[in-house]
Amino acid sequence: MAAEMEPPPLGDAGQTDFREIEDGEGFFVSTVTTIESPEPSSPDPPSMPAEGISTNGPKQEDISLDDDPEDLFAEATEEVSLDSPEREPILSDGPSPAITPVTPTAMLTPRMGLGTAEMFERALDEIEEDDSGDTFDMHIAVSDPEKVGDGMNAYMGYKVTTKTSMTIFSKNETTVRRRFSDFLGLHSKLASKYLHIGYIVPPAPEKSIVGMTKVKVGKEDLSSAEFVEKRRSALERYLMRTVKHPILLKDPDVMMFLESSELPRAVSTQALSGAGILRMVNKAADAVNKMTIKMNESDAWFEEKHQQFENLDLQLRKLHASVECLVCHRKELSVNTASFAKSAAMLGNSEDHTALSRALSQLAEVEEKIDQLHQDQAYADFYLFSELLGDYVRLITAVKGVFDHRMKTWSKWQDTQLLLQKKREAESKLQFANKPDKLQQAQDEIKELEGKVQQGEKDFELISKTIRKEVSRFEKERVKDFKVVIIQYLESLVQTQQQLIKYWEAFLPEAKAIA
Amino acid sequence: MMQEGLDDGPDFLSEEDRGPRAVNVDLQTDATLQVDISDALSERDKVKFTVHTKSTLPNFKQNEFSVVRQHEEFIWLHDSFVENEEYAGYIIPPAPPRPDFDASREKLQKLGEGEGSMTKEEFTKMKQELEAEYLAIFKKTVAMHEVFLCRVAAHPVLRKDMNFHVFLEYNQDLSVRGKNKREKMEDFFKNVVKSADGVLVAGVKDVDDFFEHEKTFLLEYHNRVKDASSKSDRMIRSHKSVADDINRIASTLYTLGTQDSTDVCKFFLKVSELFEKTRKIEARVAADEDLKLADLLKYYLRESQAAKDLLYRRGRALVDYENANKALDKARAKNKDVLQAETSQQVCCQKFEKISESAKQELIDFKTRRVAAFRKNLVELAELELKHAKGNLQLLQSCVGVLKGDT
Repeated sequence: MAAEMEPPPLGDAGQTDFREIEDGEGFFVSTVTTIESPEPSSPDPPSMPAEGISTNGPKQEDISLDDDPEDLFAEATEEVSLDSPEREPILSDGPSPAITPVTPTAMLTPRMGLGTAEMFERALDEIEEDDSGDTFDMHIAVSDPEKVGDGMNAYMGYKVTTKTSMTIFSKNETTVRRRFSDFLGLHSKLASKYLHIGYIVPPAPEKSIVGMTKVKVGKEDLSSAEFVEKRRSALERYLMRTVKHPILLKDPDVMMFLESSELPRAVSTQALSGAGILRMVNKAADAVNKMTIKMNESDAWFEEKHQQFENLDLQLRKLHASVECLVCHRKELSVNTASFAKSAAMLGNSEDHTALSRALSQLAEVEEKIDQLHQDQAYADFYLFSELLGDYVRLITAVKGVFDHRMKTWSKWQDTQLLLQKKREAESKLQFANKPDKLQQAQDEIKELEGKVQQGEKDFELISKTIRKEVSRFEKERVKDFKVVIIQYLESLVQTQQQLIKYWEAFLPEAKAIA
Repeated sequence: MMQEGLDDGPDFLSEEDRGPRAVNVDLQTDATLQVDISDALSERDKVKFTVHTKSTLPNFKQNEFSVVRQHEEFIWLHDSFVENEEYAGYIIPPAPPRPDFDASREKLQKLGEGEGSMTKEEFTKMKQELEAEYLAIFKKTVAMHEVFLCRVAAHPVLRKDMNFHVFLEYNQDLSVRGKNKREKMEDFFKNVVKSADGVLVAGVKDVDDFFEHEKTFLLEYHNRVKDASSKSDRMIRSHKSVADDINRIASTLYTLGTQDSTDVCKFFLKVSELFEKTRKIEARVAADEDLKLADLLKYYLRESQAAKDLLYRRGRALVDYENANKALDKARAKNKDVLQAETSQQVCCQKFEKISESAKQELIDFKTRRVAAFRKNLVELAELELKHAKGNLQLLQSCVGVLKGDT
């Protein structure tokens, strides 16, 4: 099977059993370099690669195994590493365009060396321990963003490809087309079903009126291409997180989303729809309620966890802001380096001492390569680090929401208990009033309320139990995610330094040659 | 408050900084006259340089002595060279730029104002960063003043200048005040006239190929160096911003690490530690680029201007010479004031030839110096970049190794 793919993967074909890796990879499948350089050689200049790969699109074309080390390197800064190898074993069917690029990683592996391989193995072991029963074997790719329609009614359609060997799915591989509001609709359904009973439902990517308008209007510039890529990557991470949740995976809405060719239009996700307004009103009401509920926390665990998540939220937001700053400044550095490179080239041209002139031209070339390095690093900064942080900031909001629901459940239970007490008092009064009908009614109501109180208590206990499990799962995921991403990010930094060394080492003799 | 602490600080120069610093110019130090800035003190508004001279020349009363000078006195010395007709045929070493701590002071002030909004560690860290920046600027201004003096001392003619000796030896204040408003206005008009004149003079085609080539070359070169200098400054500023960001990230990661109760806290702490170190390296990269690249370009911007000024003076002398020739012809034709015209023409001719002769050598020397300085600095730049990249790489790789071992 591997051989059928073009070009044939190198050594890493030996790394089997990668399917479990999905756990770690979902987030950075993006084609970091794709957006940045809409090269003439790329198959789809405006936006995305023709192949359904979320990883290396156009750049792929440029890659030949030996020739262009810089391009390869540029690839290497993307965390493509996790994706491609694991796709291989998943393919039960023949190769389809969507799964082709085992290539980039194949070429990457010799570059990245053993380090990456070891990392895969380790991530593997970890994942196998976690799973019980049916091993989680699923991969979802979101690709091929295509603008459908024109003007303000236009929207972006995405191809969603699911590959799995799990039996709950009817096919091993399914491809459907979805639009952004479909994703939002899915989330909205899942949230309404699961949030209030304590399940942490991963939040969907955020709407962006500015971003979408640019796309709708047809502005095909770098920023709208970046926006589309950012969204595509976010959608993919969103789906992967959702299906990693054992309960959500089995939800019929999720299955329908992934498998059915037609999906009813999720109108209620529009901001200004009736449902949208209702949501806003509910949100406001919730905020008020939260302030008024004073819960007697009998369980120290919840108190502690709540505080922990508050702290985590604060720090992650701070970190996210700093990393966004870093991305911005690094991009600026790249631009300024390029500008300096041009200037140095001009200076070299006007220098009339031949050897010095040549050296200055070489300096200009080095700086030009370095500016590309900075650009690539900025993308790694963003897609690896910044987006992960952004995702977790949103996830923690969901976690806090779940804690709030528990509070609400408790409050409901307490309210019912209070009501019961009142009714009991009323009943005892009625005992002496000699009104047999009213007495009977009161007693019936009391019976009903007793049932409700029992239910309330059960609900509260259930949500508490669910939350404990969910938090434990969430924390495990979080630890795994961060560990994997941090290592990948550091490796991107390693690559950058290695390249820097190469460039300056090549320049040094030129400088020394000035006579 | 904070500013005062720094301004009245003690001697900033460490042992290693003493001794001749040939930052941008490759000069042979000559035992007969050695000049350096052995000390410097920064006070609120001014910097006081201790100029130290070692000389075997008979002109001086002692063999070794020091005086304290301020920036204005350096400018006075430079201007006296420029205004001296005798030196018209030489490239006058460019005056050092005024010490400018404004930006640094502003940052320190902002830091002081924002003290309440950050943690104690962050505050201390940022303060250290700014103090280091202040120190770097300080060292740079000292170096630039020193280079000026060394260039003068190395020049076979300028080193004998009376004003220069007074500057070196006279241990009282030279009472050179900065230019007042009227003088500044005069300067401004002088410059305007000079530029206009310069254009006229430049338009005169030179018979001599060497000078014609030099004129074209210098004009273009000067402009391109200017551009390269400003672009390199911008690039280096971005680099510093990136280092600052990494600093902040390191702090937040540390907090995350101490708060986290899960396995990943080790990661956060390790990476925070790593980033602390790598950002120091990044800051050093920016500083070294500043020193080896930006300063080099800035210096040659000023020197190429001085070379252009020399060509202008020669051009001026050429025009005067040609005019004198024309006047002589006219006088001969009219047979009136012929002797006067003849002497005038002789004077102009001598002046022009004197300038041309020394100018040629000066321009050749300029090229030699320039090539040597670029070579030295580019080599050092590449070596430092390599050193830092390797340092970074080692830190990163070791951290990755540790973290992978942990997973």
